[in-house]
Amino acid sequence: MTPTDDTVACDEPDLVRILDADGTFAPSPAAEPYLDLVEKLADTDLEQFYRDMVVVRAFDQQATTLQRQGQLALWPPSFGQEAAQVGSARAARAQDHLFPSYREHVVCTIRGVDPIDIIRLMRGMTHGGWNPYDPKNGNTHIYTLVLGSHTLHATGLGMGLVFDGRCGTGDVDRDEAVIAYYGDGASSQGDVHEAMVFAASYQTPEVFFLQNNQWAISVPVSTQARVPLAQRGAGYGIPSLRVDGNDVLASFAVTRHALDEARAGDGPRAIEAVTYRMGAHTTSDDPTKYRTSDEEASWARRDPIIRMQAYLRGRGASDAFFAGVDAEAADGAADVRERTRALGAIPVSTMFDHVYSEPHPLVEREQAWLAEYEASFEEGAR
Amino acid sequence: MSGENARPDVENLPFAKALNAGLRRAMAENDHVLLMGEDIGRLGGVFRVTEGLQAEFGERRVLDTPLAESGIVGTAIGLAMAGFRPVVEIQFDGFVFPAFDQITTQLAKITNRHEGALRMPVVIRIPYGGHIGAVEHHQESPETYFAHTPGLRVVSPSTPNDAYWMIQEAIASDDPVIFLEPKAKYWLKGEVDTTAPALPLHASRIVRRGTDVTLVGHGAMVTTLLQSAALAEGEGISCEVVDLRSLSPVDYGPLLDSIRRTGRMVYAQEAPGFLSLGGEVAATVMQEAFYALEAPVLRVSGFDVPFPPAKLEGVFLPDPDRILEAVDRVLAY
Repeated sequence: MTPTDDTVACDEPDLVRILDADGTFAPSPAAEPYLDLVEKLADTDLEQFYRDMVVVRAFDQQATTLQRQGQLALWPPSFGQEAAQVGSARAARAQDHLFPSYREHVVCTIRGVDPIDIIRLMRGMTHGGWNPYDPKNGNTHIYTLVLGSHTLHATGLGMGLVFDGRCGTGDVDRDEAVIAYYGDGASSQGDVHEAMVFAASYQTPEVFFLQNNQWAISVPVSTQARVPLAQRGAGYGIPSLRVDGNDVLASFAVTRHALDEARAGDGPRAIEAVTYRMGAHTTSDDPTKYRTSDEEASWARRDPIIRMQAYLRGRGASDAFFAGVDAEAADGAADVRERTRALGAIPVSTMFDHVYSEPHPLVEREQAWLAEYEASFEEGAR
Repeated sequence: MSGENARPDVENLPFAKALNAGLRRAMAENDHVLLMGEDIGRLGGVFRVTEGLQAEFGERRVLDTPLAESGIVGTAIGLAMAGFRPVVEIQFDGFVFPAFDQITTQLAKITNRHEGALRMPVVIRIPYGGHIGAVEHHQESPETYFAHTPGLRVVSPSTPNDAYWMIQEAIASDDPVIFLEPKAKYWLKGEVDTTAPALPLHASRIVRRGTDVTLVGHGAMVTTLLQSAALAEGEGISCEVVDLRSLSPVDYGPLLDSIRRTGRMVYAQEAPGFLSLGGEVAATVMQEAFYALEAPVLRVSGFDVPFPPAKLEGVFLPDPDRILEAVDRVLAY
């Protein structure tokens, strides 16, 4: 069955695809320039891609369950978008800077962010969760909930890399690049367009990575654009392409290629990864109100994990390997569950701390007043 | 400067040139101070505040950006993440609003969101206010929007010396600073002492001593208040004048000290009065100095209408007549 009119077909000649939906190695004509990058991947790399997808899907499903059980305020599932996220995050080099939107749980955890930090955000314990420049977090920035705003931050950081000579030297292991994640809905935001204008003007070492998951909550991508979103890049002078975002090998190869061109000083690149949000927008959403089960079923047949599993089996991966990955995923999810339930209260002082970096008399006065006010109840109880 | 008594470290400069000198000094002292905005490089800005700086420091330190305010502020945030201290020029007050989202939902909150791990040393310079007979969106006083936003600091110098020092202090701040430049004062000349700042960034200052009533304001209104005080003196009324300088946080010390001596206060501002800075200051003064007050605090503001066409700005903007009318009323209690 083909997708409904509202979703993007995946059989266009310009689409970069390496694995077809049943896991056969069947590169599309547009994939030709990227095949050597795929051929260089070792079996351990391929197995890691698969492991990443399975482990984070289990985490994502556990987080959805935790929300249903009242442990989290909200959860935006990454279900279905694992290949686009694993491929692009594994394509980034250690020195690169990643700006997720708010559904990039796969990207964040691959770069080293502790899943419990994302949980703390969605539980209402923090507005951030981690320090991007703590080495364990792999230069992964925190989520931005105002759609598209962070694409400008990514571009500004890219300008800083240009001005400080931190890219364009020709050393791929030192030259830094930036990747900005956003979606088909955010692609309509003015900030994304201004980010592309600035990126082109200052030739930032940057990849705009658009996950077209077909739906901006209830609004189909056909409302955001009447042409493939990748075509917009040309208007800004930014080389752009479309990749099958459910194909982890293709997603990896095009992103590695684009990031390396960008870091070398060739300027920004844009990638539209065509994928599908198999879950709800968030746990507050009800997709049955706006899309059909036929459509969901047609995309389920293109599940990125099933595809990679079939490919690895064809290459001789053992049952023991798959069982091991499943066990690791189950253990990871159970660990997150246990740690979520162990999370305690947050001190009231966190509301006042860090509003400013330098002392601010009004905030200090209010914090002191609140402490006194709360202490007055303790005294009264004695 | 001439004359044998002239101090080499004191210059008589117009406000805009004092800002220019302050920016130059900050850029010379720290090579990650970077200016960005529309027409600020080759042209030197529409008010020439950045004149000559691109020629001196190069196109990577003084950026003629694309014409997109949200883009300018949003990329300034990214530059701050990369270790720069960006100083953004918004061309006119009424053009800051395309950047309002980046300023209020991003710039103001990023340090808080990162629990202090990232600092946002970004200065947003905004030429603001009336008195120049310009077209729509070129004469407004938007300070309340920013002073209302936790995470931002808001300041407004009223003299060339303050312009020179406060811009440097704002750039040195690790927090985002909205720097409101009273464009009516760009051509005002005054002494600039380049040896040391007179006051910290967030201090208010008594600029004229008096005993009967305290007049309070900021930016171009300080001049109007001083004119009002001079006129009142002719009628035997002694006015003290306080230049607020910092609009967030407000330094209430000198202000309350003054009111405890005079017992009366009139606040003047170009912005519309409803939910304005003057309203906030009046409420705090009433709370902190209730028993010292001999009369209600009065506010003289722009009317609660859009800034009018320039031919009516003289009616809209508080002038000495309207301020003295309020002085008469507080003295009648």
